[in-house]
Amino acid sequence: MSSSATAPFAPHHLAPGPGDAADARLLAGWYATGQPATLADHLGRHGPPPVTAVAGGRTSPPLVEAVEAAGLTGRGGAGFPTVRKLRAVAGRRGRAVVVVNAMESEPASRKDRFLLAVAPHLVLDGAVLAAIATGADTVHVCLPRDRSDQYRQLSAALEERRRARLDPVRLRLHALPHTYVSSESTSLVRWLNGGPARPQGSPPRTHERGVARRPTLVHNAETLAHLALIARHGPDWFRQAGTPDEPGTTLVTVSGAVAAPGVLEVALGTPLTTLLGRAGGPTEPLRAVLLGGFAGTWLPDAHTHTPLTRRDLAPLGAVPGAGVLVALPHTACGPTETARMLAYLAAHSARQCGPCRLGLPAVAEDFTALAAGRADPDLLSRLHCRTGLLPDRGACRHPDGAARLAASALRVFADDVDRHLTHGGCPATHRPPRIPVPPATPPETWR
Amino acid sequence: MTRTRTLRIDRITCTGRGLCAELLPELIDLDEWGYPVLKDRAVPDHLRTHARRAVAACPRLALHADRGRP
Repeated sequence: MSSSATAPFAPHHLAPGPGDAADARLLAGWYATGQPATLADHLGRHGPPPVTAVAGGRTSPPLVEAVEAAGLTGRGGAGFPTVRKLRAVAGRRGRAVVVVNAMESEPASRKDRFLLAVAPHLVLDGAVLAAIATGADTVHVCLPRDRSDQYRQLSAALEERRRARLDPVRLRLHALPHTYVSSESTSLVRWLNGGPARPQGSPPRTHERGVARRPTLVHNAETLAHLALIARHGPDWFRQAGTPDEPGTTLVTVSGAVAAPGVLEVALGTPLTTLLGRAGGPTEPLRAVLLGGFAGTWLPDAHTHTPLTRRDLAPLGAVPGAGVLVALPHTACGPTETARMLAYLAAHSARQCGPCRLGLPAVAEDFTALAAGRADPDLLSRLHCRTGLLPDRGACRHPDGAARLAASALRVFADDVDRHLTHGGCPATHRPPRIPVPPATPPETWR
Repeated sequence: MTRTRTLRIDRITCTGRGLCAELLPELIDLDEWGYPVLKDRAVPDHLRTHARRAVAACPRLALHADRGRP
């Protein structure tokens, strides 16, 4: 961990540095004070949530219109237009429910944790405002069970709000089992309904029948924080950052071979090289970057000039995802790093759908054999075939993500793969791995 | 009023019994573990009856032919 200019992984350990605040909106308070915002700090900086201004309206609530004009998209990975979810839930009969997805199960991501640590009330404001706009009376905040510090801190934040009688809706905090797929929106709904935190598949969709069979709006924590600012400052303000097609700022977790790994807030459309630079710059020559996390895409170093937008990344087969950027140095072995991540993803399959339960471990084993130089002659064609059969064959997108990672590794590290097939390895194979990967063991509980 | 049908498999319910691929090989393959691979989700008119039979034959009730286009 470095004490430099980026907002660090552990906010309370370090002070903010100079020159970071240019793009900051969600993190503006943190850059100004270097302290997590209490309710008093938050109200002093942003004012109370404009609860009376977001509801009403003859056709649709003003907040829904503002979010549409702002062009806000989900910051949890899928990048779905926020307004479509809001409209879908608001348009249904019955009391709605809002769920804040703060599970952040992606191992290389820290942004939601960081945001909730430094600006919890911005996220909670967004949830409350979304609840009012959709006619919901309850907000469920979902955290992973193993982050007890975060749970305590958010409990305190909720208590502050209760004492201030700030919110016209009920807010409840929940601690869910922490697995890779328990952050999927249908997993949260299933758990809140008393079931296991495993993806449900659809139909019915969550906005039709979710928590307690009520229309349910599930949003990522960061998305709701942006929504809270749009409610205050309007869509034109929101569009002052980012590109016309993909407006606003986004949180990015930069890690790997950079001098100052941490969470950054950047305008959409910022080139990846600039992100690496803001994280202190590469500490050694880079081979590739991993964009989007374990379910993301490897990009060769030559493509790091690409702006961080869906449109610019699409031709490269990549998406911004939940804003994860990992820098892999030249001295690392791409196939080995990928094999370790695939083994983790395979262990974290919910084991509900055959293609994922059987296909993911098979792909992971093949990749491990490839990385270890134990490849048989059919391995590569088998790997291509099995990887190609993973997408779109599960109740959730878990197998799709693993397939994306595997396919991009075969593409970007083609030379290394060749060397592993013909010579049993590359010079980097026996060096210690560079990307931290949680143990590839199945979750202990889903409940 | 559309007559077009689209195949959908409930992946959680499906246990790879494979009857669908026997009854509707034009649209459904099996992977190496016996789980269905949809070659095409849209059911052409001349396969509507076969698709209906495959849906009815699934012992897990995991195959669906939804109304509408993919």
